[in-house]
Amino acid sequence: MIIVEDIHKSFGDTEVLKGISTCFDKGKTNLIIGQSGSGKTVFLKCLLGLHRPEQGKIVYNDRAYADMDEDQRTELRQEMGMVFQGSALFDSMTVIENVMFPLRMFSKLSKNEMAERASIVLERVNLVDANNKLPSEISGGMQKRVAIARAIVNKPKYLFCDEPNSGLDPKTAIVIDNLIHEITQEYNITTIINTHDMNSVMEIGEKIVFLKDGYKEWEGTNKEIFKTDNEAVTNFVYSSDLFKKVRDTYLKEGN
Amino acid sequence: MIYIENFGRYFIMLKEVFSRHTKWSMLKNLIFKEIDDLIYGSLGIIIFISFFIGGVVAIQTALNIDNPLIPKYLVGFTTRQSVILEFAPTFTSIIMAGKVGSYITSSIGTMRVTEQIDALEVMGVNSLNYLVFPKIVALMLYPFVIAIAMYMGILGGWIAAVFGGYSTSAEFIKGLQVDFNTFHVIYAFTKTIVFAFILATIPSFYGYYMKGGALEVGKASTSSFVWTSVAIIIANYLLTQMLLG
Ligand SMILES: Nc1ncnc2c1ncn2[C@@H]1O[C@H](COP(=O)(O)OP(=O)(O)O)[C@@H](O)[C@H]1O
Ligand SMILES: [Mg+2]
Repeated sequence: MIIVEDIHKSFGDTEVLKGISTCFDKGKTNLIIGQSGSGKTVFLKCLLGLHRPEQGKIVYNDRAYADMDEDQRTELRQEMGMVFQGSALFDSMTVIENVMFPLRMFSKLSKNEMAERASIVLERVNLVDANNKLPSEISGGMQKRVAIARAIVNKPKYLFCDEPNSGLDPKTAIVIDNLIHEITQEYNITTIINTHDMNSVMEIGEKIVFLKDGYKEWEGTNKEIFKTDNEAVTNFVYSSDLFKKVRDTYLKEGN
Repeated sequence: MIYIENFGRYFIMLKEVFSRHTKWSMLKNLIFKEIDDLIYGSLGIIIFISFFIGGVVAIQTALNIDNPLIPKYLVGFTTRQSVILEFAPTFTSIIMAGKVGSYITSSIGTMRVTEQIDALEVMGVNSLNYLVFPKIVALMLYPFVIAIAMYMGILGGWIAAVFGGYSTSAEFIKGLQVDFNTFHVIYAFTKTIVFAFILATIPSFYGYYMKGGALEVGKASTSSFVWTSVAIIIANYLLTQMLLG
């Protein structure tokens, strides 16, 4: 579980996060939604410790980031897995080397054990026969799978994904969403996903936090988002007629 | 203002480069890869340039001696002095600022733009140590490159002088040996080590701290080349004043 209390983050004179508080449960798929530029990536990078908020508190399973020393922070980072927006695979390494990288850095496993563990997670993300290819030789969807495999190979407690299905075709996007959702339940981890994909919101959003202009505008589940009358949320989520119809059908069915 | 700020950030970067070391088993491979890319990959162009520059220096010197009182061995002497003192260490390093420097900036810059550096940091890796330290270690072999450049420059001078009919082989070799001062070689290699450090770190700085996208990677490479060259020229001046002045 991650608890966030009133975090503020500025770059120079522009305040990007203006006091956000919320919490993310273990074993749940949590979504951060909002328009481009609303601060989703900055928020995620604060949770990862890549940005230091000027104010506020982030607590990971009862341990506040601010109270940890450098060793504890390094330890915490090894409990985190991150899937970057552009996958961020190391382009000089093959698929399997990418997945083995966190193990080579931090585990005491033998080379064979590492390769075995990497193969298991690659199989879990349904990627076979690509182990010795370079990232530039595989498709965007496959790169995402490798990125997910790399993020979970060290058995993280927290999984962060920045727009995991941007740049993917709708079908692959759904497959990737479901994969992350399944892994979250299977491994019982705290997953936080940045997205502006409404499909993900409705399918896998067990908790949704809506950011607008650096504030938390709304939060709730994917059931509640059908019923909310918060104007900013409805304007954003139901900007397309298709999703309006989905909502109307959902509400008509008497939920 | 921005120059002073960058200057400060550069030293903060250096401190970080030498702290929180990456596992030796990983570092070792990275160092070998950098030696291959930065040192071995530069030999061809260095040999080519040094050889012809040496030749040109010999011809220029010979053509400028028309006074019969000046001994003919001066061609060999001047070639040796110019090549060892300036052409091999300094001129070669400026070429390297273009070749190795822009390679370092664009490769680190691309990793920044594509969030690969963030990926390293998330995993708890000290990305500055991981990326820059192996380059510094690899470039500590740079004096060998410069030794080869010296050898090729003098060889080029000898070939140009003898086969161009400007000097006999015996005279040229006599010139090479006349008034030989070991300290000049020490001076040249001291410069080389300093230039190697500049070549490894300034381009890394421009790559690591860049912001933006692919277009900015190109711009960063250009700034990196300009400032690496400037730093080499200034360091050259200061070291010459300190060691020979
Ligand atoms: N490193 C940074 N320096 C300065 N401004 C930044 C930086 N990162 C993000 N921003 C600014 O913060 C705002 C939110 O960005 P971001 O979190 O990337 O939005 P989102 O991910 O929701 O599209 C943007 O206006 C962006 O320009
Ligand atoms: Mg973003």
